Amino acid sequence: MRRIINYPPARGQKLILGLLPFLAILLIYLMASEARLAINPGDKLIPSFSSFTAAMERLMAQPDRSSGQYLFWFDTYLSLWRLCVGLGISALLGCVFGILIGFIPHLRAMFEPVLAALSLVPPLAVLPILFIIFGLGEVSKIVLIVFGIAPFLIRDVVLRVESLPREQIIKAQTLGGSTWQMMTHVVLPQVMPNLINSVRLSLGATWLFVIAAEAITAEGGLGYRIFLVRRYLAMDVILPYVAWITLLAFLMDYGLRRLNTFAFPWAALKES
Amino acid sequence: MTAIKIDKVWKEYGDTIVLENVSLDLPDHEFLVIIGPSGVGKTTLLRLLLSQETPTRGEILIDGKPIASEPTADRGVVFQRYSVFPHKTVLGNVMLGPQWAQAPLLGRFFGKKHRELKERAMALLQRVGLGAAADKYPQQLSGGMQQRLAIAQALIMKPKVLLLDEPFGALDPGTRKAMHVLVRELWEEHAMTIVMVTHDLAEAFALGTRVIAVDRPRRDPQAPERYGATITSNFEAKCRVVRESERFEAARAKARQDHGQSGASPPSAAMIHPFPLKAGAA
Ligand SMILES: Nc1ncnc2c1ncn2[C@@H]1O[C@H](COP(=O)(O)OP(=O)(O)OP(=O)(O)O)[C@@H](O)[C@H]1O
Ligand SMILES: [Mg+2]
Repeated sequence: MRRIINYPPARGQKLILGLLPFLAILLIYLMASEARLAINPGDKLIPSFSSFTAAMERLMAQPDRSSGQYLFWFDTYLSLWRLCVGLGISALLGCVFGILIGFIPHLRAMFEPVLAALSLVPPLAVLPILFIIFGLGEVSKIVLIVFGIAPFLIRDVVLRVESLPREQIIKAQTLGGSTWQMMTHVVLPQVMPNLINSVRLSLGATWLFVIAAEAITAEGGLGYRIFLVRRYLAMDVILPYVAWITLLAFLMDYGLRRLNTFAFPWAALKES
Repeated sequence: MTAIKIDKVWKEYGDTIVLENVSLDLPDHEFLVIIGPSGVGKTTLLRLLLSQETPTRGEILIDGKPIASEPTADRGVVFQRYSVFPHKTVLGNVMLGPQWAQAPLLGRFFGKKHRELKERAMALLQRVGLGAAADKYPQQLSGGMQQRLAIAQALIMKPKVLLLDEPFGALDPGTRKAMHVLVRELWEEHAMTIVMVTHDLAEAFALGTRVIAVDRPRRDPQAPERYGATITSNFEAKCRVVRESERFEAARAKARQDHGQSGASPPSAAMIHPFPLKAGAA
């Protein structure tokens, strides 16, 4: 009899074990739903799967009567657009300013304190200010995401630049590298894998900002729809939407991870 | 021609005196080895030569001119670790310097220039025994291979001075021996000045033409930071006359061999027989 920590699961076992909690959640849901519906067929809180498919079929395949849009796809498009633009701008700012601030001592002395302060301001608390300044349109939503994510990404890149071995930078100088060349050929490539991982980590926060902004005002979007149908207790829409958001987030995370291993094969070597 | 002159150099960090009154004259094409106990300031001296640090007092001259105030391409370096770029392949690491020198904006060659540089880099990699590993990343190499790569990367810039800080400290004795032979040969081929720090006395005398010991001549047990270290002995391990005559003999032997080969005999005979004259007679 060995200690329990010395029993690693086999490949197949691992898959089954990983799926079990999902199946359990599904089963518990189905049982609860059936029990409630048996008592009251009009119950809205835990709808059956057939009402999910009906609601989704309505949103996906039938155009909305007032706007003429296929609402599910329209919402998905709007939310993803906001998320990607916001996150993309944040990542770009993180990359450019992170490298500049991390690599050039005078810029670091100037901007590090203000970045630390900025990243501690709760973004949702300034959301009303953003709405006042930028109006209720798309700009304020994007600015909210950038305000919430960019300082974190910049600081992360700054730390990464600082943690590059001093020897490497000295060596680069003995090879005649200028500041620009070192930034583009030594610092940037070594910062990228880390930046992509940080973007992955901030996907959750970004969705939070998207949904929070949409909840307050929007013409559409996944978060907007959820908060809209909440008034009618439409769990048959809310739950699939939540699942869909989770799936989208998962796919983006997975895609970014694949991008990392594909574009920066050397980074994986370092870890091993 | 590269003469290094260290003129009454002091290095202090706050109240701590690390080096005091270090003076050294190093003529062209020397192989200087610095030895000394741990923490005495050998790396600091190397950093001064590299302009990674500036002396608190005194100055360092190369060919009579004060050294640049920042690291430049005339002084190559190989550290104990982290001397190569993990995100570039072996070939990419070696090709970096020349591309930076001539392509300020992109730092990259294209077309014919790229091909020429690649040939040069490959030749250098073959020379240090890394020809087969050209497409690998540094983490896929052993410690000895990484150091050879770092040396090749520095050498392609044709530096006047090559600085080595315990470059073989982490290598096993066999690999170390091979590295000694390589470094010694490269030093002859490129006719540069090498300054190397080591803890290994045997290594110091096997490689160096001049060996200096750095240590604290005075010591205050209550306040060890009061006195700095300086050069306590300066030993000519292989004097210039011997070196020159060795080189002269080698050149003469080669000339004789070339002369022998120019006769009717097939080249293979000259390669088998150590004495070309005999081979020519056969
Ligand atoms: N940036 C610094 N600030 C303060 N003290 C320093 C600094 N760099 C080095 N020192 C001090 O200088 C002394 C010499 O350090 P150095 O690294 O040159 O030693 P070393 O001879 O190379 O030792 P080793 O053989 O262990 O590598 C040490 O006592 C160290 O504490
Ligand atoms: Mg040292």
